[in-house]
Amino acid sequence: MKHHRARRQDTGAGGLAEVAMTPGRSESTQPGPGVPAAADHRPLPARLAEAGIGRRRFLTFCAAMATTLALPERFAPRVAEALSTVERPVVVWLEFQDCAGDTEAFLRSRNPSTADLLLGMISLNYHETLMAAAGTAAEKARDDAVARGGHLVVVEGSVPTGIPGACTIGGRSAEDLLRSAVRGAAGVINVGTCSAFGGIPAAGPNPTGAVRVEDVVSGVPVINLSGCPVNADNLTATIVHYLTFGEFPAADDLGRPLFAYGERIHDTCPRRGHFDAGQFAEEWGDEGHRKGWCLYKLGCKGPSTFHNCPSVRYNDGTSWPIAAGHGCVGCSEPGFWDAMTPFYERLPDVQAVGGDFTVDEIGLTVVGATAAGFALHGVGKVVQHKLLAIREARKTPEPEPADREDG
Amino acid sequence: MARLVIDPVTRIEGHLRVEVTVDGGVVKDAYSSSTMWRGIETILAGRDPRDAWLFAQRICGVCTTVHALASVRAVEDAVGAVPPPNARLLRQLIAAAQFLHDHVVHFYHLHALDWIDPTAALRADPAKTASVAQSLSDYPRATTALFASVRDRLKGFLASGNIGPFTNGYWGHPAYRLPPEVDLLAFSHYLDALEFQRDYVRIHALLGGKNPHPQTYLVGGMASPVDPASQDAINDNTLQQLAQLVQRGVDFIEQVYLPDLYAIAQAYPEWTTYGRGIGSYLVFGDYTPSAPAKGQPPQGGLFPGGVLVDGKPEPFVRDKVSESAFHSWYRYDDAKASLPPWQGSTTPDYTGPQPPFDQLDVAGKYSWLKAPRYDGRAMEVGPLARMLVGYTAGDARIKPLVQGALDRLKLPASALMSTLGRVLARGLETQLMARYSLELVNRLRDNIAGGDLTIADNTKWDPASWPDGKSFGVGFHEAPRGSLSHWVVIEDGRIRNYQAVVPSTWNASPRDDRGNPGPYEASLVGTPVADPARPLEILRTLHSFDPCMACAAHVYDADGEAVAKVLVQ
Repeated sequence: MKHHRARRQDTGAGGLAEVAMTPGRSESTQPGPGVPAAADHRPLPARLAEAGIGRRRFLTFCAAMATTLALPERFAPRVAEALSTVERPVVVWLEFQDCAGDTEAFLRSRNPSTADLLLGMISLNYHETLMAAAGTAAEKARDDAVARGGHLVVVEGSVPTGIPGACTIGGRSAEDLLRSAVRGAAGVINVGTCSAFGGIPAAGPNPTGAVRVEDVVSGVPVINLSGCPVNADNLTATIVHYLTFGEFPAADDLGRPLFAYGERIHDTCPRRGHFDAGQFAEEWGDEGHRKGWCLYKLGCKGPSTFHNCPSVRYNDGTSWPIAAGHGCVGCSEPGFWDAMTPFYERLPDVQAVGGDFTVDEIGLTVVGATAAGFALHGVGKVVQHKLLAIREARKTPEPEPADREDG
Repeated sequence: MARLVIDPVTRIEGHLRVEVTVDGGVVKDAYSSSTMWRGIETILAGRDPRDAWLFAQRICGVCTTVHALASVRAVEDAVGAVPPPNARLLRQLIAAAQFLHDHVVHFYHLHALDWIDPTAALRADPAKTASVAQSLSDYPRATTALFASVRDRLKGFLASGNIGPFTNGYWGHPAYRLPPEVDLLAFSHYLDALEFQRDYVRIHALLGGKNPHPQTYLVGGMASPVDPASQDAINDNTLQQLAQLVQRGVDFIEQVYLPDLYAIAQAYPEWTTYGRGIGSYLVFGDYTPSAPAKGQPPQGGLFPGGVLVDGKPEPFVRDKVSESAFHSWYRYDDAKASLPPWQGSTTPDYTGPQPPFDQLDVAGKYSWLKAPRYDGRAMEVGPLARMLVGYTAGDARIKPLVQGALDRLKLPASALMSTLGRVLARGLETQLMARYSLELVNRLRDNIAGGDLTIADNTKWDPASWPDGKSFGVGFHEAPRGSLSHWVVIEDGRIRNYQAVVPSTWNASPRDDRGNPGPYEASLVGTPVADPARPLEILRTLHSFDPCMACAAHVYDADGEAVAKVLVQ
């Protein structure tokens, strides 16, 4: 099975969503997808039991979640306990300068499934792509949810501050809507690179003056789930962490949770062995490409990208770009549309360490991880400098909020 | 006359606002406005053309693959790269999967709530529902126990107080008319379809690493290698998984989607008389066995190309496509000009009211969309256009498919030009595409079995191999929402100008310099509105087009300079 090898964590035969969720396969006497029968105050296990999901399956899911979140095994019961008692949080999902790719990613949720999430774990009271109401009825759903407070705000897309008319909803600007929606919110989850870091609208020359969410809001916990689009499993895990611990998971200096962005793709890539052995695909479709050799020379940005793609993968763990033969484009990094392009140009050769040897030489003549790691540290530095320069150049008059909490 | 504003129009992709005047319970006039703009084409100017598809793909996260395909086709057209057969088959398989995925999500998750009332489903008798379901198809999830369970759980959910996406829906609206049993059946399938769409789109992950935004296209081919002898390439195992998924798609479309569609169509016959729209239709054509001629759309494929003007068929002529910005927030040197895409050049010029505002100035500029026109006419694109053009041309696959549906519903062909006709046409082409996908898997299997492992034309990969001077390229694609074209000008290995003329721009366009409305605007005229505070009927007609607005709002070259000459190749 080509697509199921490597490092994917087994999430327990499909976790919560496994039971009775697959139309073509389930016995017709099984209940349908997980619509909870009970009001919110009923414990989740009871709701799940009615959906045909037993206690054992629930605990397996909790253990898998603990693993995804990189929590010690002993935390699994705590996750279960928390999910058993917590009420469904109200979620307000805002779309600004977006493509709805993160919404589509959300629709691909597997553990738990979208139906479980939508009807069992959260109350998605405002989401333009999915909600029934429109116009003033939709706006009222949003405003009522915000007025009650304690809600989670999910943001997809960047905020145009140069041309406020470049994104209006109900005649209001994105900036205005964002500021009012986070008032009284428990936290903000930025899904995708646009809301987290500005993304494609903020790519040069940034014609609308697009900024990330954190350039607009302050005083509320924010977590950045970058990626283009967000990985649905990381979004689910973040929600589970929030429901379990009442706060967002620990994050790096870019506000990204460490459980998902703590490791460099290159360091956990199944093709790493080929890099170290000097085995590179040189041309599309050549023997090395067909055999799964390293894609560095075809422009892979894995050496400077932090994301858990190699282990979590996409679409129920089916695959991820490097497994499919295309190099990483670095989509979870800030400014990647400028810093990582041209996408098919290899990362800079190793100038930063003062030497003039190239990856060809590393691969062909240097044996062992020490030299390779040393060289890649240099590669990473080059990109980091480029990113810093971009961030400097892009600084808006209003400084980044100093009181941002990482949760 | 009352001015009614609907903003946000929900259950679409992107941001759409409509302002309509209502008199005597009927829409008299309508204005369609896209209220979001990012400038992706401006951002593309000056970049490496081989990167273009990765940027262009982010035009839309719903249409996801379609812009990638149109983009690589445009650059290939400009530089003379010809993708080999494996790459063409892989692209078609991905595109066909996009059709199935997109249309199913549209029907159940973006449109069904206009026709079904989940709160009415609580009154359904599960045994009767099962009996209805079993009379419609062989879908196995159709038992009394199943529907009782769905109904009871729906009841608990609605009673919980937090009803998430159903909050403030127009439940109990007099325009809902399905028997409760069909409401329950359809709601049950709403949930099943959530699972189906998630599983089906694994085709994209198998062939392109992930969805949305698969990462596998290349100028000249594809980045997913094929090799039966490798675990790290598309191999027999992949083909086997593909075949299973594709068969599951055929089953779901024929056992669930189409029966539900007929059930709704039979309950709402008057919706074949509303929402006619422009009445002229445009199809580029697509899904052909061989590559298209330079600068031309693919011809002779699954979807025949052609134009219907007031019912009269004509061949499509590329150079009749132009865009007006008279009512759009862009500045043209000549405000009344309508420019061919390669010449399209405008700078953003937001002259709308500063937010917050109540109404747009529809006498001036009022949308981030331009107004694409064909020979000066507004045209409708999409499933209805494809089915009508194929039907009129007597296409061997499309004509019997459409005729069968018309006979079953006892409708004349003219009834297709309506809100319900659009929904029906979408279902029919989904079935067409599901069956075509089976053929594609077999052709890919045969090609690989014959020893062809080539996936890319590497001879045109290096920009040094590209033509000197300016080169012009266009990529045509029949996307789920309709005729899509990307237009590129390349100079010195860099993008000089980039334009996307997309399906929703055609359909959602504002008025042009001569005051002619776009298809959304025209189709809303005459729509009944029982309760202006709950404009359910307007949503029905708008959603019948499957609006995709982020795709539609697009922009022009960075320096604002018109490309000097359009070359006719």
